[in-house]
Order: sequence, then C-alpha cells, then structure tokens
Amino acid sequence: MIRLIVLRLLAAVPVMLVVATFVFLLLRLSPGDPALVVAGEQATPEQVEQIRRDLGLDRSLPVQYVTWLSQMAQGNFGASTLSGQPVLDLIADRVEPTLVLALVTIVVTVVIAVPLGAIAAWHHDGWRDRMVMTLAVVGFSVPSFVIGYTLMQLLALKANLLPVQGYISPFDDPLQSLKHLVLPAATLAIVFMALISRVTRASTLEILGEDFIRTARAKGGNENRILWKHALPNAAVPVVTVIGLGIASLISGVVVTESVFNIPGLGRLTIDAILGRDYPVVQGLILVFSLTYVFINLLIDITYLIVDPRIRY
Amino acid sequence: MSFSRLAAIALATALVAAPLAAQEQKVLRMVPHASLRLLDPLTTTAYVTRNHGYMVYDTLFGYDENYVPQPQMVSDWSASEDGLTYSFTLRPGLAFHDGAAVTAADAVASLQRWMTRDLTGRKIAAVLGAITADSDTEFTISLTAPFGSLVEALAKPSSVVPFIMPKRIIDAAGDGNVEEIIGSGPYRFVAEEFRPGVSAVYVKNENYVPRDEAPSYLAGKKDVLVDRVEWLTFPDDQTTANALTKGEVDLVEAISSDTLSMIEGAPGVEYDLRITSNTPTLRINWLQKPFDNPKMRQAVAAMISQDDFMAATVGDPETYEVCGSLFGCDSPLATDVNALGTSAPDPEKAKALMAEAGYDGEKVVILDASDILSFRGLAPITAQYLRDAGMNVEVQSMDFSTYLAQRNKQDPVSEGGWSIAFGVWNSPDLMSPLSNLNLDTEGAKGYAGWSSDDQLASLKEDYARASSPEEQKAIAEKIQARANDLVFFVPLGTYRTYTAYRDNVTPPLPAPVSVFWGIDKN
Repeated sequence: MIRLIVLRLLAAVPVMLVVATFVFLLLRLSPGDPALVVAGEQATPEQVEQIRRDLGLDRSLPVQYVTWLSQMAQGNFGASTLSGQPVLDLIADRVEPTLVLALVTIVVTVVIAVPLGAIAAWHHDGWRDRMVMTLAVVGFSVPSFVIGYTLMQLLALKANLLPVQGYISPFDDPLQSLKHLVLPAATLAIVFMALISRVTRASTLEILGEDFIRTARAKGGNENRILWKHALPNAAVPVVTVIGLGIASLISGVVVTESVFNIPGLGRLTIDAILGRDYPVVQGLILVFSLTYVFINLLIDITYLIVDPRIRY
Repeated sequence: MSFSRLAAIALATALVAAPLAAQEQKVLRMVPHASLRLLDPLTTTAYVTRNHGYMVYDTLFGYDENYVPQPQMVSDWSASEDGLTYSFTLRPGLAFHDGAAVTAADAVASLQRWMTRDLTGRKIAAVLGAITADSDTEFTISLTAPFGSLVEALAKPSSVVPFIMPKRIIDAAGDGNVEEIIGSGPYRFVAEEFRPGVSAVYVKNENYVPRDEAPSYLAGKKDVLVDRVEWLTFPDDQTTANALTKGEVDLVEAISSDTLSMIEGAPGVEYDLRITSNTPTLRINWLQKPFDNPKMRQAVAAMISQDDFMAATVGDPETYEVCGSLFGCDSPLATDVNALGTSAPDPEKAKALMAEAGYDGEKVVILDASDILSFRGLAPITAQYLRDAGMNVEVQSMDFSTYLAQRNKQDPVSEGGWSIAFGVWNSPDLMSPLSNLNLDTEGAKGYAGWSSDDQLASLKEDYARASSPEEQKAIAEKIQARANDLVFFVPLGTYRTYTAYRDNVTPPLPAPVSVFWGIDKN
C-alpha cells in the first residue's frame, strides 16, 4: 500500500505540471483583461496601462509563464490581481467552510443513501423500492438552487428554525455552526443521495442474484444478515467509486450552494476570481482542486484494497 | 436578608454589569452594492472602493445639497484676483488613524498623486505651476493659467476622489497601490479583519473632529453614531432580501425595484429611494465605419427614446425619469438644449440621415454585458430600434470582464471590433464637463468610443477657466449643444434604486454617493 501511495504521489507531479500549463494558457487565451477589471469601467487608458505595468501583464507570455513557474517551485502562488493579497492566504481563508460543508454533506449522504439503496434492492419492485427511486429521480432532477431557496423559505423564513445565510466555524461555536450548515448541507446532500442510493440499489441487486447469496439462503441464513453482512459489502466497490466521484462533483456543487447561502468558501472564490480575471487566484485554485482530485482517487484505490482484498495493484 | 447583604449584592451586580454594558457595541451590518477587493481609491474607479474611501479618508472640500463645494478639512481658503494662486489652511486638530497629525505636506502629496490618476486632476496638472506646503497647516497651489473650477475639482465627489492620505504611505507606494489603509476619516479600517470579496470592518475613529455645520450631502458634520460597521458581501439578491427580512443584516445599500418586491410589507423592514441616481449611456465607436460619419451617429440618436428604455429596463415609473441633460438633471448645469432621447423614436428621420451618410448595410456590432443587472436589456432594445431603422445589427453577449476588454478594441467590426457599447454612471460622474468621461475629446488616445472635437475641447477649457456659476452654466449649454450635434453619447434615462434597512436603524443621510456617517442603531 505504501508503494501505491508513493507511486501515485510521484505520478501527481507531471499531472500538476500539465494542469498548471494548461490553466495558464487557457486563462491567457480567454478574452478579458485583469487590468481593465481592476481599473473599473470609467478608467482612462493611462490608468489601465499603469495597472497593466504594475501587474506585470505588459511582459511577454513566455516571460510571465517562466516567472510564474519559478515562483510556484518556491511555493509562491503569487498575489491576487484584485486585492493584492497572497493567493495561498486567500485559499487558506476559504478552505474551512468548503471542507466542513463537504464533510457534513458526505457523512449525511452516506449514512442515509447507502441503507436506502440497500433497502430498495432488498424490496425490489415493492412500494419501498418505488418510493426510494421516485425520491432519487426528484432529487436528481431538481436544480440545487431551487432546493436551496425552497428549504430557506420553509425552514428559515416560515418556520424560523434556522438562519438564512452565513457560516460560523465549528471551532468557534459548534451549535451555531451546525445550525448554519443544515440548509446548505441538505441542499447538496439531496442530489448526492439520489446518486448514491441508485448506485447502491443497482449494485446490491446484482449481488443478490449471485450464487453465494442463494447458497446462504439455502442454508437458512438470517435475511437481515444476508443483506447487511454478505450482499452490501460485496456491492461496495462501485458504491465507493461513485462516492469518490461524487466528492469530486461536490466541488462544482458548492459553487451554487455557497452563493445561495452566502458561505465564503472556495466555490465563491472561484466564481469571483474567474469573473474578475484574477489569473493568479484561478491558477492557484485549479491546482488545489487538481490535487484534491488526485488525493480522492488515491483514497478510492486504498478503499478498494480494504473492501475487496482480491484487488491488487 | 439584611440591608448590608442586599447592598453588597447590588454593588457586585453593578460591578459585573458595568463592564458588560460598556462592552456592548453598536454594530451596523451593511450589505454594499458590490464586493470590496481593491482598497486604494486612487487605483480604481469602482464605486464600492470610492465608498470605502469615504469611510476611511476625508476630503479638503465636499459638495453640499446645492452642489456647492464647502470646506471640509480646510478651514479657510482664498484665491488671488488673477485666479492664479490659491491658498488653503487646514482645520486644527485633524489626525490620521495612526495618531499622526494631518499636515499640509500630506495634502500636497495626496493632491500630487491624484493629479496623475484622475481626468480632472490631470487637467489641473496641465496648468500647475507649483503646489507647496507653506507650513504645517498651510499650502498653496500656483497655476500658470486660470482654472476657475479648482475648488469644484477638489470637491470632486466620485471616482477618482481627491482623498487625503499620509505622505509617508504615498511615498512608500511609489507608482503602485498604497499598502496601509490609514486616513483621517470618520471610520478606521480594520486591516486584520478584511476578507476580500467577503467582508470589511470599520470601527469608529474616536479622534475624528467633525465640523460644526449640519450634515449636507458630502459637507458638514460627519457624526459617527455606531461603534463598528461590517460590510458583508452577498452574492445573491434573494438571499440579501431574506437576510434583511430575518434581521441578519441591518442595512442594504442598494436594491432594485425587482428586489424590493421581495421585502415589501416584511415586518421591521423600511426602505427609501436613494438620492444617488444612475444613468445608463449609449456610446458609439467614432473610429470605425459606419459611425465615423456623424450623420450615422445622429441616426442612432434619432431612434433612442429614454422613456422606452426606462420602462423596459427599470419598469417602476416612480423610480425613473427622462432627462435631456448630459450632466444629469440634478446638476446645477442641467439643461435641455439640443436634448437627445427625450422624444419618441423617429425611424423616418433616422432613415433620411442614413441615406445622407450613404449607409450601405455595414454590420453594426452592439456589445452586451449580459451578467450585469444594470446593463440588462440595453443592447437588445437598441438592436431592435436600429433594425427598425434599417441597420444591419448584431448583438454580442458576454460577461463583464470580456465586455471591458472587447470595448477597448479599436479594430474594425470585421476584425473583432465594436460599434455601440454602454456604460452606467452615478450622477456625480456626469455632472461636470471636466469629469464627464463621455465628453472626452482625446480621440484614439482617450476613453472607449474615441470621440474627438477641437471645438468641444476648447469649450471645456473655457469651462475650466470660468469663474462664476452663471458663466459655467452658459458654457455648459454650448458644450451640450455641440456634443449632441456630434453625438458624443446618448443618455438612456435616469433611475434611482432603493436603500432598505431594519426599523431599529436610522435612515442613511442623503448624499450623491453612499455615506455611512450619521446612521444610528437602537
């Protein structure tokens, strides 16, 4: 396993280099000019030129690229063109809300969606199966901002049970933090639960048709034990894969949810940086997201080894 | 219980409660109209940074409600008879947030920097002989030619505002941005709590010395009645409205008529129309065909009806007006001379002008910043009117950053250039011919649209030299007549937005830009 981890981490280096180069070029080739954004709508050409010089955007593309790469090699991600603050500081400031929101969402999803999927498979074609699948289709089909606003209207404004917006760190005030997380986490989890429950159901159904399940039943095994002890663990590999992919897709999901619930996380930072053509921040964020993907894939592979000892790398 | 025991308990309670009460701060949670990222108000023309500037910095002069410049940091000033020498004395007791006294040297350094970064400032720089600090509190501006609008320029209310900063910070910045946000204004910026794009925090400047006069727009007393102001950026209007309804924020700087419908009737929420008005403007590319021909620009103007634009983009007739003045209808210079856009579209006139210009179906590209609410609708409506007149129109929609870059391109339409674009301006930006960028006459070196005209440039110089309001008004009318003949820009109407607040907060003071002094919270 250690060999796997080391190899994967080594393989991540060229991946990150390719991603970095691609993002650098993509941003420079896309329309827009950071100097114009900084200067504002009413700026004169002289003001824009001055800012362009200050930001180093008057230098040639290869010079900008080499400068950026050499800074990166020293762990310097540069400074935001909009605020002048170091990119790493900006990202570090926004990591916690996104991470906490994602973790709560994943835990809630897995705890609810996996059993739901297993129960649906066990009662295949019964009312419980149809109910779970109907909820899954609804959860998958309704846009997350609609879910968010509906929950906000019902639970925050009408019932006055929860706050409308904002983020409080669990390290500052755990109870208030939880209150602020309920609505955004539920908004994200509904879509995620729909996906996981469907995959769990399909995978469990397949396992339930296997010979060893028939054998267990023929031996008079307890039905609950057959489902939870024999079928579900064997159905885990595709479920783990989808959970991993789901975590990755959460990154895009939080963009909308963070806007709706005014959570100052990485999603909002990404949108602001892209709209403001804040090249250093976008580059830094994409690298962080890429690293996250690499890390999640590594975690998935390690989980495979744990849930299915037959797998070898 | 004995009396002495009761007294002891009462004393103990008072001792515990007193510090608690002292700690209870008045905190105003405000949602600004945009997110604050740039802190140096001389680096950008963004209105949110300008408003931040008014929190932290003070100005030498400020406009009162009659748009007359009144001394603010200045106690006395005088001009020589020939209009070439201006002397100023600073008020006693002015201090920066770091404790240093505000000196004439700080004012001189601040004005010198402003003169390199502002359109009006550069006009003064062109006739500047010298600007010198004569003592700790006195400084002099000597000119090589009269500039009658000098004090008006020093009171410039909108971007770029001549805010006064410490000389040491200006010197440290060189050509770049100031690093320390230290002013002498009514609030102190809390740098360690600043989160770009998320929140900014200001605390009361306990050492601020307000003027004695009653507050009047940007002049007079700047009383700070709360201990702390938090600017909280909201990325979504619906969430902003919900947060105000629920009392999670106290004040929303600006909301549109559409958003107002979400909070109307909500308990504990009040709202007012703001003094600040906004004017969307249509700007034409003078460098490229077909609009290098003035007849074609006049054809566009003939098709513009401000009333139609306002009805379609703003909707609520209570909040908009048709205004024929290029300087805004609140301006002392307001005039209807040769007004554009105040009558119904005239396709016949437009077609006749197009025929005179020899229009041959050249493509007209209209840029549309579709992600900005205040720009929404402007491009499609213009396109429809110009098609009605027989022009070959293409609308190109894009996000605002792309729009800014695209609008900067001087190329022909066939090579990715543009024909018509838009801007949206706060009223103070239009009110003077010197600061109104749409009246730029620098051609290809100037503001996007690249208008140029020697006669208008000469009229603007006359305006700068004019020494009385009557003389200024007379010249402004000539400027408007000439600018509209050549169609420098077409105003598309004037509208106001609302400010909304909880009922335990006093309404913001009226001013042509958003100000946050004089607000109390109970």
